[in-house]
Amino acid sequence: MLDFIARRLIAIVPVLGVVAVFVFLMLRLTPGDPAAVIAGDNATSDQIADIRTKLGLDEPIWTQFAIWIGNVLQGNFGESFFFKKTVAELIAQRVEPTLALAICTLVFAVSISVPIGVMAAYRQGSLIDKAVMGFSVLGFSVPGFVIGYCLIYVFAIELGWLPVQGYVRIGVNFWQFAERMVLPSLTLSVGFVALISRITRASVLEVLNEDYIRTARAKGLSNRVVLMRHALRNAAVPILTVIGLGIAILIGGAVVTESVFGLPGLGRLTVEAVLSRDFPTIQTVILLFSVVYVVINLLIDISYTLFDPRIRY
Amino acid sequence: MSSITEEVVDSASIAAASTKRKSLWLVAIRNPNVIFGGVILLTMLVIAILAPFLGTVDPTRIDPASRNKKPGTEITYRLDDGTTVKRVAIMGTDSLGRDVYSRVLYGARVSLAVGVAVSIISVAIGMVIGLVSGYVRWADGIIMRIMDGLMAIPGILLAIALVSIWRAGLITVVFAIVVPDVPRVVRLVRSIVLTVREEPYVEGAISVGTPTWILMFRHILPNTVAPLIVQGTFLAAAAILTEAALSFLGIGIPPEIPSWGNIMAEGRTLFRVFPHNILYPGIFLALTVLAINIMGDGLRDTLDPKMSKKV
Amino acid sequence: MSTEVKRPVLEVRNLSVSLPKGGDRVHAVEKVNFTVNPGEIVCLVGESGSGKSVIAFTVMGLLAKALKPTSGEILLEGENILTAGEERLRELRCTRMSMIFQEPMTALNPVMTCGDQIDEVLSTHTQLDAAARKAKIIAILGRVKLPEPERIYGSFPHQLSGGQRQRIMIAMALVLDPVLLIADEPTTALDVTTQAEILKLIAELQEGQGTGVLFITHDFGVVAEIAHRVAVLRWGQLVEMGPTEQILSRPVQGYTKMLISSVPSITPVHRGVRRDGITILRTEKLGKIYTGNAFFQKARVVKAAVDVDLDIRRGETLGIVGESGSGKSTVARCIARLIDPTEGKIYIGDTEIATMSARKLRPHRRRVQIVFQDPYRSMNPRITVGEFIIEGPMNFGLGRQEAMARARKLMETVRLDPNSLDRYPHQFSGGQRQRICIARALAMEPELLIADEAVSALDVSVQKQVLELLDEIRVRLNLAVLFITHDLRVAAQICDYVAVMSKGHVVEYGSAEQVFGSPKADYTKALFAAAPGRHWEFGKFAA
Repeated sequence: MLDFIARRLIAIVPVLGVVAVFVFLMLRLTPGDPAAVIAGDNATSDQIADIRTKLGLDEPIWTQFAIWIGNVLQGNFGESFFFKKTVAELIAQRVEPTLALAICTLVFAVSISVPIGVMAAYRQGSLIDKAVMGFSVLGFSVPGFVIGYCLIYVFAIELGWLPVQGYVRIGVNFWQFAERMVLPSLTLSVGFVALISRITRASVLEVLNEDYIRTARAKGLSNRVVLMRHALRNAAVPILTVIGLGIAILIGGAVVTESVFGLPGLGRLTVEAVLSRDFPTIQTVILLFSVVYVVINLLIDISYTLFDPRIRY
Repeated sequence: MSSITEEVVDSASIAAASTKRKSLWLVAIRNPNVIFGGVILLTMLVIAILAPFLGTVDPTRIDPASRNKKPGTEITYRLDDGTTVKRVAIMGTDSLGRDVYSRVLYGARVSLAVGVAVSIISVAIGMVIGLVSGYVRWADGIIMRIMDGLMAIPGILLAIALVSIWRAGLITVVFAIVVPDVPRVVRLVRSIVLTVREEPYVEGAISVGTPTWILMFRHILPNTVAPLIVQGTFLAAAAILTEAALSFLGIGIPPEIPSWGNIMAEGRTLFRVFPHNILYPGIFLALTVLAINIMGDGLRDTLDPKMSKKV
Repeated sequence: MSTEVKRPVLEVRNLSVSLPKGGDRVHAVEKVNFTVNPGEIVCLVGESGSGKSVIAFTVMGLLAKALKPTSGEILLEGENILTAGEERLRELRCTRMSMIFQEPMTALNPVMTCGDQIDEVLSTHTQLDAAARKAKIIAILGRVKLPEPERIYGSFPHQLSGGQRQRIMIAMALVLDPVLLIADEPTTALDVTTQAEILKLIAELQEGQGTGVLFITHDFGVVAEIAHRVAVLRWGQLVEMGPTEQILSRPVQGYTKMLISSVPSITPVHRGVRRDGITILRTEKLGKIYTGNAFFQKARVVKAAVDVDLDIRRGETLGIVGESGSGKSTVARCIARLIDPTEGKIYIGDTEIATMSARKLRPHRRRVQIVFQDPYRSMNPRITVGEFIIEGPMNFGLGRQEAMARARKLMETVRLDPNSLDRYPHQFSGGQRQRICIARALAMEPELLIADEAVSALDVSVQKQVLELLDEIRVRLNLAVLFITHDLRVAAQICDYVAVMSKGHVVEYGSAEQVFGSPKADYTKALFAAAPGRHWEFGKFAA
C-alpha cells in the first residue's frame, strides 16, 4: 500500500512538471519585457530593474526557471504590484470563500446526484429516468451565471428570502455566512449534479448487465439487495473517477459563481488579476488550482482500494 | 474428403440484402433527439445568417437618448441623414442605448462561429496528435505526459491563462478554448487507435504487407470518425458556454462585439432593475447549447453505442 | 436409483418462447417437450442459435425482457413456473432449482468474498444463525473439493483460478440441495483438464444427492462423458431425444446423424509421413519473454515461449496443441512477426526473419499468411470482400484487374460465389467469413499458412467443412500449414506432426500417430486422459 502511494506520488511529478513549465512560460510568452509586465503600468525604472535582478531575467532561461521553481518550492510566489502585497498573503486572504463554496457544493451535489442516478438506472425508461436525464442535459446546457442570476432574481429580489450578494466570514457570523452560501452553492451544484447523476446512472446500468448480477438474481435475492449490495459498490469506481474529474468543473464554475455573487474568493481574484494583468497572481492561482486538482485525484485513486479488492497496487 | 466436392457453391445462403452496409448516418438523422436538436440549431443558424433582415438595427450603435429602456418601449431613432424612425425595442436597450434585440440576434453569429471553429480545430489537431501517439511508440510517452500536464490545469483556467497571455480577441478566445480541448480529443483518438490496432483485421492487414499509412487511413482512421463527430458536438456546446463565460467575466471577446456573454456582462450592474439584459441572451444561449447537447446525445446513441453505455 | 416410479423434477411441456419482432425467426423455442427425472443428467445439445440456453433461462425465470414464453408449461416438481409470481420464483431459486453459468470468470461479484457470496444464499433462504451458516459453507466448500475451505471462504474471486471459481458457483448452487441443477455450458470456458475435473464433480454430487441436472452443451464429447439422456435441438425445435447410447450410436434423424458424423475422431488419420518436401519453416530456440517494467514494481517476467524448435516441410501440417496460456498462439504470432520474438531464430526457407527490421521484413510478409480465430473480427466491416482479398496482392504490385481475377478464382477455391465479391462482411456467416479469410491468405501465394484456432469459434458441422477445405488446399497447393488448436480431436484429424505445448515449452513433439498413440510426456498423457468422450468412437452416418 505504501509502495503504491509512493509510486502514485512519483507518477504525478511529471504532470506537475508540465504544469510548472507552462506557468513559468506564461510570463515569457506574453509580448513585452517580463519585468515591466510584472511591475505594472505605473512602475518606475528602478522598480523594474529591481525585479529584473530578483528574477534573474538577464540569466539564461534555464537559470530563470531554476530560480523561479526554487522560489515556488519555498512558498515564495512573488509579489503582486497591483494589490501591493505578496501573492502568498493575497491568496491566504481569499481562500476561505472558495473553500467554503466548494465544500458546500460537493456535499450537496453528491448527496443529491448519486441517489437520483441510481433511481434512474433502476427504473430505466421510466418517468423518473426521463426526468433525471432531462434535468442532466439541461444542467449541462444552462450556464452557471444565468442560473445564478435567475436564483438571485427569484429568491433574493422577488421573494426576499436571502441576501443578493456578498460574503460574511464563517468566524464572524455563522448564520449570515450560511445564508450567503445557499444560492452560490445551489448555482454551482447544477452542473455538478448533472454530471454525477448521469455517470451514476450509466455505471449502474453497465453493472446491471454483468454476469454476476445474473448470478445474484439466480440466487433468489430481491431486486433491492441486488441493486444496493451488488450493483452500487461495483459502480463506485467510475463514479468516484468522474467526481474527481468534475473538480475541474467545480473550479471553473467557482470563478464564474464568485463573480456573480460577489464572493471575494480565489476565482474572483483570478478574474481581477487577469483584468489588471497581474501575472504573479495569475501564475500562482493556476499553479495552486492545478496542484489541488491533481492531489484530489490522487487521493481518489488511492481510495479505489477501499471499493475494489482487485486494485492491489 | 469426398463430401467437399459435392458441396455446392453456397451463394444462396449469402444474405441477399442490399449490397451496401446499413448506413449509420441514415439511422442517426432519424433519431428524434437529433431531429429535435437539429431543428433548433438550424433555426439559430438561420437567425445568425439573416440577422440583418430580421428587423434589427446596427447592434453596436450607441444612442445616449434611449438608454436602459424596458422591453417593449417605443424608441425614436435619429438616422445619419437626420430623419427619425420610431421602432419598438422588443428586448429593451442596454445602458449605452444599444438595441438588445439586435445584439442578441447578431450574438448568435459569434456563438455559433466559436462553437464550430473550436470543435473543428480541436478535433483536427487532436486527431493528428492522437494518431501519432497511438501509433508511434517512442512519441507516445512524451506526448501523453504533455497532455496529462495540460489536463491537470482545469479547462477554463487554462483558457483564462491563455487569454491573459494573448490579449482578448475572437481568434485568441477560440484558441484559448481549443488548447484545453485538444488533450481530450487526443486521449479519445489514441485509445481507439490502441484498441483497433489489436483487432485481428488490422493484424491481418499487417501480415499481407499493408504499408503503415494505408493501414492508418483505410483500417484505423474510419473507426475514429463516429466518436469524433459525437465528441466534436459536445465540444462545440462546451465552447459556446466557455466563450460566454469568458466574455461575461470581461476577459473574452472585446465588449463592443455583440456576443451573448458580452451583453450579459454589460447587463450585470443594473441587473436588479433591468433583468432583461441577462434574461434574453441567457435564453438564447441556453437554448442553443441545449439543442447541441440533445443532438449530441442522439448522435452518440446511434453512431457510437459503446460510448453511450459509458456516459 | 430405486425402482419406484418417481415424478420427474422438471417437465417442460409444449414450451414456446417468442423472439422480438425483426429476428430471423418467430420463435426462439418452439413446442419443446422433455422431462428431467431425479438423479438424471439430461443434455440439451445443439449448435449456436438452437435455443438451448433460452430454455435454461426460461426455467429459471431469468429470461431477458425481450423474450416472452407464449405457450406451454414448465413444471418444477409439478408446480408451473411460468405462472408463478416473481416472489415465488425468488423463493424457488437456489432452494429447489439452481443454475451455473458458462463464464466462471465473470459470474462472481468481484468485490465480495466467496464466502459472503455463498452466505447470501443461506441468509436469504434460511433462518440459520451466522455460525451455522459458516459451518455449512465450509462443509460445502469441502464437498466441491476446494483446498483449504477456510482460506477460500475469505478469498475474493480474482484470487482464484477459473476452475476454482466454477467450484464456488457449484457450491453456491448446491448448498441448499436443490432438486434441479441447470448447467449452461459450465465447462466451455475452461481448459480440458479442468473441464474433466468439473464434469466429474458435477456427476458425483448429483448422484450423491439424486439431483436432476439439465446440462446445456454444444460438445458431443461432453455428452458422451456425462449424459444419461440427450435432447438434440435445432432452430428452437426438438429434433430427437433418447438415451445417450441410442442417440450417439443409432440416431434416427438426419440432422443428428450429420452432427455426430461431424465430430472429429480422436484417433489420428493415417496419412503417411513423407518427410520428403523441402523445409519451409524452421525455428531455433525461439523465445518470447514479456517484461513489465514500472517504477517500484518487481520486474514481472512472463516467459510466454521458451526454446521452441519446430520445423515444417512443404505439404505438411504441423499442429501446436496446448491449453490456454501454453504459448501456442505466441509462437504462431512470432512466426507471422505480428509480435517480435525476444530470442532465437525463425527461418522461412533460408531467410532468417526473427530479427529482421520492419522495412526489410515487408517483402517476406507474403510468404507467411495467417488466419485468425474470430471470423467476425478478422474482416474490416467497412470494406467489401473483394477489396479485402485483393489488398495483399496489390500491396505487392499486382494490378487491380489481375488481383480481382485472382480473387474470383480463389472464391471458387473456397467454394463461395465469385459474384459476391462486392458484398460486405456482415452479409456472411461465420463459416463463410473464415473461407474468405483463407482465400485472402491464399491470394498472397504463401509458402506457409498459419491457422490460429481458425475453426474454434465455429459450430461443429461448419468446422468440419472448413477443416476439409483447409486440408484439400494443403494437398492441392502443396502448402506447409501450422495449425494452432486447443482441440485434440481437431488436431488428430488434420495434423501430420504435433507439438504439445505447456507453460511456454514444447513438452512433446512427434508425428500425430506417435503422439496420440503412445504419448510419452506426463503432461500429454494427462491432457489426453482429460479429453471428454475419449472412449467413444463417434460413428459416421450417411445423412
